[in-house]
Amino acid sequence: MRLFKDASYPFIEARKKAYVLSAAVLLSGIAAMVINVATIGSWQDYGVDFTGGSLIQVEFNAPITAAGLRDALGGAQAPPITRFGDEDENEFVIRAPIAEDLSITDVADEIESDLAAALGAGTFQVVSTQAVGAKVAGELQVKALYAILFSFVLTLMYLAMRFELRFGLAAVIATLHDILITLGFLAVFRVEIALPTVAAILTILGYSLNDTIVVFDRIRENLHKKGARKRDQIELVNQSINETLPRTVLTSGTTLAVLLALYLLGGAVIRDFTVVLILGVIIGTYSSIFVAAPALIEIQNKWGLGKSADQKKRPQPATV
Amino acid sequence: MFKTLRGRMIAILIVTSISGWQLYDKGLKLGLDLQGGMHLVLEVDDPEGTMTAEAKSGMIDQVVRIIRTRIDEFGVNEPLIQKVGSERVIVELAGLQGDENRAKEIVQRNAFLEFKLVLPVTEVQGALPRIDRAIVATLGVDSIRAMGRDVVGSDNQQTLQEALFGGGAAATDSADAAADSADVEAEPEPDDDPDDLRPFSSLLNQGDILGTYLVLIEDVPTAEHFLALPAVERALPRGQELHWSEDLESRGARNYKYLYVLDEDPFLTGDRLENATAGRDPQFNQSQVQFELTRAGGREFSRFTAQHVNDYLAIVLDEQVMSAPVIRDRIGARGQIEMGSGTPLEEAADLALVLRAGALPVKIEIIEERTVGPSLGQDSIDQGTIAGVVGMILVILVMTVYYHMAGLLAIAALGVYSLLVLGGLAGMEATLTVPGIAGLILSIGMAVDANVLIFERIREELDHGRASRTAVDEGFAHALSAIVDANVTTLITALILFQFGSGPVRGFAVTLSIGIVASFFSALFVTRTFFLLYLSGKKTTDPISV
Repeated sequence: MRLFKDASYPFIEARKKAYVLSAAVLLSGIAAMVINVATIGSWQDYGVDFTGGSLIQVEFNAPITAAGLRDALGGAQAPPITRFGDEDENEFVIRAPIAEDLSITDVADEIESDLAAALGAGTFQVVSTQAVGAKVAGELQVKALYAILFSFVLTLMYLAMRFELRFGLAAVIATLHDILITLGFLAVFRVEIALPTVAAILTILGYSLNDTIVVFDRIRENLHKKGARKRDQIELVNQSINETLPRTVLTSGTTLAVLLALYLLGGAVIRDFTVVLILGVIIGTYSSIFVAAPALIEIQNKWGLGKSADQKKRPQPATV
Repeated sequence: MFKTLRGRMIAILIVTSISGWQLYDKGLKLGLDLQGGMHLVLEVDDPEGTMTAEAKSGMIDQVVRIIRTRIDEFGVNEPLIQKVGSERVIVELAGLQGDENRAKEIVQRNAFLEFKLVLPVTEVQGALPRIDRAIVATLGVDSIRAMGRDVVGSDNQQTLQEALFGGGAAATDSADAAADSADVEAEPEPDDDPDDLRPFSSLLNQGDILGTYLVLIEDVPTAEHFLALPAVERALPRGQELHWSEDLESRGARNYKYLYVLDEDPFLTGDRLENATAGRDPQFNQSQVQFELTRAGGREFSRFTAQHVNDYLAIVLDEQVMSAPVIRDRIGARGQIEMGSGTPLEEAADLALVLRAGALPVKIEIIEERTVGPSLGQDSIDQGTIAGVVGMILVILVMTVYYHMAGLLAIAALGVYSLLVLGGLAGMEATLTVPGIAGLILSIGMAVDANVLIFERIREELDHGRASRTAVDEGFAHALSAIVDANVTTLITALILFQFGSGPVRGFAVTLSIGIVASFFSALFVTRTFFLLYLSGKKTTDPISV
């Protein structure tokens, strides 16, 4: 079986349409962030990892609704309550902000004792609790930002070294595009940003780069062929994308299939995480073809091709 | 050695057997999210920022040692107690079942035991007007009024200005206070005297034990707030301090706490403790902790108590008076701490444990807590396993349907890969967490991708009319640069995550890093070797199944 053998789709010619699509998606993400700032006071729905506070996850023995639980915990004054997982699991997550005069661990204890007082001590089990102090939460925000910035810089440096600077720039543009779209998606659906979500975003970064590098690797290789620099670059890039298309489709398809299995069967704990990854694979595949490669062309159109292949030594990876 | 097929096979065999042995020997450690347990991050409590980083670091070293002793006695399998940076400790207790609160108490409790003499209230009584004035001066009249504190003659309108500068004591109902007014003679004495403001003394009721006041339980937070003011600390008689009782005292329908007047200098502290055991007081059926002092401590104790017969002795634990028995006679090396009749024996046992392990040198605060019940852990394992198996089957299906024989070779290589990753995790004593499983799945994806890259390349080379063996060689050679670059960039990301991440993110980064290294080896070395094995029986021109 072979898919997309000898394909020759005019990907680069369609780049303008891709730009419009990307811009539209990006803008709706930004719109969602603005709406979020106006309605929930923050551009993303940050979890306790980043805001500080307590989170307690409770499993009830008998079915109960979120509204009923809210009533039990003081009606209007009740902390935010959300259902966790499927309805038949009877699990809820209760969040409480940092209290001025209580330690973070006391807040969770207090919620537990309130629940016991309202519903009876034996009617539920505490599945998990999390309590994060304001200081830790602040540090985590800074660290997450640093992590993303550092990986950008190092990736750019690595790619500039292994390819040429414009490849590095194009790859970073594509990755930035992917991260912004993912953040927009998270803002639209108000997915809670927890530590694993940051891990997922960074994984997208890695995955998207992986895809982009495979395409760029082929462009690099075709550029090193005789007379390649005199060829129409759009044609050369198109050829490279088409040559790697079978691999792109097969790998992305397999990864998506595995992630889908993880999403459907992996349980509620990693569901949010998996959603972000699935999204990332789709965006990463799209961007390696429709953002990274066109960005390379645009950079070339603007600043030229750079040094020829003969002047620059071809990278020689170690043989294994 | 890697040039010949035999050499390659031996290399693979060695690597896999090391991995297998590591996995068998050390086993895979499951993270708290998979097996349940508690994760705490503790920090030196230093709100004023007066301690140097060096002092904190030294204290944290001690804290780690003491907590380890305590946890070992408490009985948790393989606890992780680790200093992070210079002022934090991570405590990870896996497999706790419902003992979270006890464990937290055991970890966090200072267990600073002191023996102090109870003093008569006379001097404090004399200082009360001064204390009241200090509170008024610090907080201002308005805020004290807003607290609803007892203001005698509330018609008396006063400005903040007056309150701040008015401090002289003219006519008070206490003779002691009048005598004290000499101490504050430096302050101006305006005519409009805020003397009727008695925020603190109005909370105090005469105690029925020597050297105590009774404070209504509702008033305790307010009184604590006042006592924490630096101005109040300065206004207290030199060498004396006030401490709350641990127990409540009922008078009719109302509950009170004792406020003890104590000598500031303890005559003995918990570091002279030889042993402590929990027990029950047979007489009153109360939980108690019996302690035994060291020889030197016992001598000191006996000498001191001999001099103070008929005085009261306060046993102060973490700033709270546990009990204050009267000294009837010289006391030797043994004593007990009464814990009240309602206290379960378990709590006494925990107190005895922390007393034995020693006091923490500094107050520590829990700044992060995560607990996972065992049920969630089991669910996660079951679901993760099912999802993993289904994912594996999907990969196997795609690879064999699409690449036939080559796909089977790749799957065999993936088998080696799995063993390497699990062995690597076990060998590095990394813990497998839920995000870690996700990291594994991602690296499996990359391992598959590497194989796909190679096989597509071999197909291309075959299309160009190359002979089988040449096509395979060229395929591997040409796919190499893409695989190297892709893996290195992902590894960069993983390492950065490891550097900046904490807890779950770190777990993800570790498994991803190990996974990438293993996938690199499996795709380029193992798959290649299996290919060579597959080709070894063929002529160079025979067709291959890819």
